[in-house]
Amino acid sequence: MIHDKKAHKYGMVIDLDKCTGCGTCAVSCMSENNVPFKEDESDKKDSITWMRVYRLTNNKPFPDTEVAFLPRPCQHCGGKGDHGHSPCVSVCPATATDYGYDTGIVSQIYTRCFGCRYCMAACPYHARYFNWWDPVWPEGMEKYLSPNVSPRMRGVVEKCSFCYHRYQLAREKAYASGSDEIPEADYQTACTTACPAGAIVFGDLNNPSHKVHQIVKPDPHPDPLNPDVVGKSRNPKVFRLLERLGTNPKVYYMSEREWVRKLGDHYLDGEWDKVKNVYGSASHE
Amino acid sequence: MDAALIPEGAKRCSFPKFMLGIAIVGAVLLWGVYAMLLCWFKGLNQTNMNDYYGFALWIWADLAVIAVGGGAFFTGLLKYIFKIDELKNIINFAVIIGFICYSSALLILAIDIGQPLRGWFIFWHANVHSMLTEVAFCLSCYFAVLTIEFIPNILENRQLNKVPFFHHLAHNMHGVMAIFAATGAFLSFFHQGSLGGVAGVMYGRPFAFREGLLIWPWSFFLFTWSAAAFGPCFTLLVTRITEGVTGKKLVKDNVVHLLAKISGWMIFTYMIAKIIDTWYWAYYTAPGLGFELSHFYTSNGFYGYWILVAEVIVCGVIPGLLLINKSTRENPTFRLVAIVLAVIGVCLNRWVMVLQIMAVPVMPFDTWALYIPSWQEVATTILPVAYGIILIAVAYRYLPVFPQELELNRRSEVRES
Ligand code: SF4
Ligand code: SF4
Repeated sequence: MIHDKKAHKYGMVIDLDKCTGCGTCAVSCMSENNVPFKEDESDKKDSITWMRVYRLTNNKPFPDTEVAFLPRPCQHCGGKGDHGHSPCVSVCPATATDYGYDTGIVSQIYTRCFGCRYCMAACPYHARYFNWWDPVWPEGMEKYLSPNVSPRMRGVVEKCSFCYHRYQLAREKAYASGSDEIPEADYQTACTTACPAGAIVFGDLNNPSHKVHQIVKPDPHPDPLNPDVVGKSRNPKVFRLLERLGTNPKVYYMSEREWVRKLGDHYLDGEWDKVKNVYGSASHE
Repeated sequence: MDAALIPEGAKRCSFPKFMLGIAIVGAVLLWGVYAMLLCWFKGLNQTNMNDYYGFALWIWADLAVIAVGGGAFFTGLLKYIFKIDELKNIINFAVIIGFICYSSALLILAIDIGQPLRGWFIFWHANVHSMLTEVAFCLSCYFAVLTIEFIPNILENRQLNKVPFFHHLAHNMHGVMAIFAATGAFLSFFHQGSLGGVAGVMYGRPFAFREGLLIWPWSFFLFTWSAAAFGPCFTLLVTRITEGVTGKKLVKDNVVHLLAKISGWMIFTYMIAKIIDTWYWAYYTAPGLGFELSHFYTSNGFYGYWILVAEVIVCGVIPGLLLINKSTRENPTFRLVAIVLAVIGVCLNRWVMVLQIMAVPVMPFDTWALYIPSWQEVATTILPVAYGIILIAVAYRYLPVFPQELELNRRSEVRES
């Protein structure tokens, strides 16, 4: 057991200007986490994609059209006020999804989930997926499954775990070496390590020596205009998805492009102009 | 053939005719059961639900039957606690309808969950912060109360009542029914409310989210209120349908008028609260999160402002006014129009609070998600209706459900002759 003085708060920042939309993060996530797939994947609404890459556009006609890609894992929301009452955790009737106060990671307990799907309804990011079928792998492929991640059965919900098994391995390694600290490089998610563009940075948002902290510069104080929002980025290029809802995601996005940042949240007429050059997104006024 | 079971003095159709009717509805029931078994054995891939529509047709049906089944607790409250004695003439039927609605709701939930054998986890690993936990506990307890309320009526069957023990049991249960009615009202308050809370607490879904009082979003109170308001309309509607099918008057007009009047005032006051809630949400809550009202009602092929107008005005304010006004309330046609609109209205409200929530995009780059249920979903949704018809038919045939039936029909027979 590691007795850290301060709880971790694992999170990531994804640079949307670097992301090319190649989908490597999604593929590496699927193979790392034994995510099953269907024989016919044409209908994406019941496909399981822990990491899903959305295509954004500025909606301008040619030649001003611009496109960006937004990879969306589970945002590991801290919930209103960052107290751990994530939208999904607070609603699950069977405590089958839980908030790890030591890591900030939102877990999913497959053997306890009974498939009511309330958590899916509550998650605004569509980060949760239901197993409509039992998983079936093409013959021989089951030999390539990761032994560190349990496969899931029909009828339960699953989602991105920030590769929690990698955290466990890193923790064990630190313990074995007699250290109190998990080095930054020892715990990295599969998507982070796979991204060829280096667009994903992962680490402990609470640890000033971690790159993710240095980029995001999270504000530890609640937003004075919306006390539900905690951990806003103090970097004007960094934003979170639907920050105004108060879900307090631990996944941050970064872009130099104003139209990309604007697509991170909803703004009434005139609101964006007031906040666009201020760090984070709009506040509840 | 079954004359010995039929309440004394009551006229019923011939046994073969009765069985023919049961067989027809039974065929529909079997179709539903087949679909239900498919869902249980093959899984929820039998439905057209998907990861956008995790809550779909069933959950709407579930909320709708619980809302219209609210007539049982509210009529019980009025009869046993507020001592409105005339309602004794309709309370049995209200309880039977409630029993059907709640047993259906539990069945639907058992089909809906992905791992039905783990259904008990909701009690065992209960998360006390979840509205669904509250729903599960109160719903199960209230179903037990409804069963207890139904038992004396069953024991009043002509043959069962001959057994002294059953006779006395029924008599004594009637005597203590006020306690169960009070318990039922208490439990209903919470589970109807927590069903409203299910939607209202989802702060990640601005279409559903409502502010509120302490831990309860406003939708908590609105759901309880609307179930009490619209539930009696459903009781009256089913009574009217039963009268139409049997060709007999079963409940006296003064009882119907009284229940319609109470329902009318409840609907009217509910609509005022609902309009204030909608207005506050549309002008403060949603815009505070960056959403304009038009976001929820445009840019898609189905959900327009029409649904808001239909729910609030056409199927809310109008039936409320029709039932408050004495002349329209006592006019059978206007009354029927009002109760039909009211039942549609509350079902529409539950639809909006289940299906429209799922359809509205939340992320700025997401799109509307519409869905069409599969036949398995439709069949399992019709299943409770068939079951309800059969149970009502059997109860009406063999139990003294309507205390005024004999009196009303003796008179009409005398008048006819
Ligand atoms: S993104 Fe969705 S699933 Fe992940 S923590 Fe937030 S609400 Fe829960
Ligand atoms: S589907 Fe599973 S994890 Fe989600 S709310 Fe229901 S029991 Fe909890």
